[in-house]
Amino acid sequence: MALLEVDDLQTHFFTREGVVRAVDGVSFEVEKGKTLGIVGESGCGKSVAALSIIGLLPQPPAKIVGGSVRFEDFDLAALSDKSLEDIRGHEIAMIFQDPMTSLNPTLKIGTQIMETMQRHLDYSKAEARKRAIELLEEVHIPNAKDRLDDYPHRFSGGMRQRVMIAIAISCNPKLLIADEPTTALDVTVQAGVLDLLEELQEQHEMAMIVITHDMGVVAEAADDIVVMYAGQIVEQASSLDLFDNPEHPYTEALLGALPQIEGTGIREGRLTAIPGRPPDLADPPSACRFAPRCPFSEREDSCTKEMPQLRQVRPGHWVRSAHPGSERAREPVGAAK
Amino acid sequence: MSKEPLLVVTDLTKHFPVKEGMFLSRSVGAVKAVDGVSFEIPEGKTLGLVGESGSGKSTTGYTVLQLIKPTSGSVRFMGKELTELPRGQVRKLRREMQIVFQDPYSSLDPRMTVGDIVAEPLIVHSVGSRRSRSARVRELLEVVGFDPTFTNRYPHEFSGGQRQRIGIARALALGPKLIVCDEPVSALDVSIQAQILNLLKDLQRDFGLTYLFIAHDLAVVRSMSDRIAVMQSGKIVEEGEAEEVYEHPGHQYTKKLLTSVPVPDPRLMRERKVERRRVAAADRAAVSAI
Repeated sequence: MALLEVDDLQTHFFTREGVVRAVDGVSFEVEKGKTLGIVGESGCGKSVAALSIIGLLPQPPAKIVGGSVRFEDFDLAALSDKSLEDIRGHEIAMIFQDPMTSLNPTLKIGTQIMETMQRHLDYSKAEARKRAIELLEEVHIPNAKDRLDDYPHRFSGGMRQRVMIAIAISCNPKLLIADEPTTALDVTVQAGVLDLLEELQEQHEMAMIVITHDMGVVAEAADDIVVMYAGQIVEQASSLDLFDNPEHPYTEALLGALPQIEGTGIREGRLTAIPGRPPDLADPPSACRFAPRCPFSEREDSCTKEMPQLRQVRPGHWVRSAHPGSERAREPVGAAK
Repeated sequence: MSKEPLLVVTDLTKHFPVKEGMFLSRSVGAVKAVDGVSFEIPEGKTLGLVGESGSGKSTTGYTVLQLIKPTSGSVRFMGKELTELPRGQVRKLRREMQIVFQDPYSSLDPRMTVGDIVAEPLIVHSVGSRRSRSARVRELLEVVGFDPTFTNRYPHEFSGGQRQRIGIARALALGPKLIVCDEPVSALDVSIQAQILNLLKDLQRDFGLTYLFIAHDLAVVRSMSDRIAVMQSGKIVEEGEAEEVYEHPGHQYTKKLLTSVPVPDPRLMRERKVERRRVAAADRAAVSAI
């Protein structure tokens, strides 16, 4: 049994413009000690899916309207706020994109690290303080003992993210959810933070969910990958299989749209842009949501009329498309669709 | 004599004073945001300026355009020394040098219609009649792939990619020779980013534009640039042909940048990670030995 099992999760936002189906039937599992990467562009529902798991969405306007989230023996979607609070920050921890705003600027970072342990582990102040120093050392902040009494503004972006990570792991969570953990950081700092996360994962045997828009980051961090588009999972596979043999036209297009860093003829060439934009989730098409932008979809195809189901094209590799790469006989319908 | 490149920047510096005291009246030092930067861009070419946050790449772009006055150094544009020209003359030359900003959400006035935004440079520089301006606006929007029937709409009605097209149309309005592109795609999703990069490539080809292309994303810069300059702490640490800089980086910092970029190849990422962890562990051992 996996540590976390999300089954047919549906999170909708009830707005004046109508019901926005931000997460529309998403299922995945996270095994103990493994990393699941959820990748997709803005508005695909990747963050909403994660926030739904730990009940951090404002309700209203958001509401989990269907599905279940099983973590160990609990159905998180059905749990009371109070019980969820005991799990959140303790068994399941989260770090966010922006280390500049996720720490309280008016509190010393020591206080902010100790807070979580005092809440969940009944540590005395002295115990929590001792452990806080160890934690700062674990995330490789130099002079940990002296830095405990500094305020967040004394730390750089990368260092603040390390403090956030120290807080997240303070209660030995079984699952760490990292939502765009390195997006606000410079590349050289990003590499250090990703390395740190993996190091801590090994030490603490944590499972992780890494949510990102960056195909490079999931390639680096994840064992298994879920690709989301317009509120749905469109492809799901092990990291190696996904990058070796991407099946969904959207995954292929995303990889094709990335500028190359190595090779020849890069300056002269054009990038393979994906025409158009994702659909409005307040009124999504009942057919394949990628069909209007898909280079393989033709007007008479079934995928322009009904929604393809997520199906297994080979062991462990799932795809929601009428035109997966391995079954494709036809050429793209013409670039300027 | 061979023709002088369109833009020649020599030993450019911009220092911001650091002030202290009750009314911040005492200067106690200076931040050398741009610290002796030199480069040139021939007409029709792109120089990519790449670096991490705080490296001074954007400040370099602003000082080149005289949007910030440089502390010292020379900026020669179309054979004229910009740093010595009176303000009025610089203003006239603005027709020839424009900028596209990073954030299409904050660089367009939310109270102006799309048409007014694109027409504004034409009005400021008194170009054409009202009627000819409106025709020009439609033409510009068409060129950047924005539906010209939407001229009476407001920026908030459009996505990031569409807004960036509006910003590019505005930059093109006066028919400039040089465009400083300051992180033009870093706020956009990958699929939209590719559309905008292709557009910038097409415009360069069609109008012979010259770009100073500033970005933190090494792959994006590579795809746009003939030559690339790598900035760190206000200085250019390496400059050369794009392919040469990326395939055979000479400077340690360039190497570090290039090996830090995550690429969509799990096997390569694994190799790099093992190497980085080895180096990091050695560094820490060295530090604790002191």
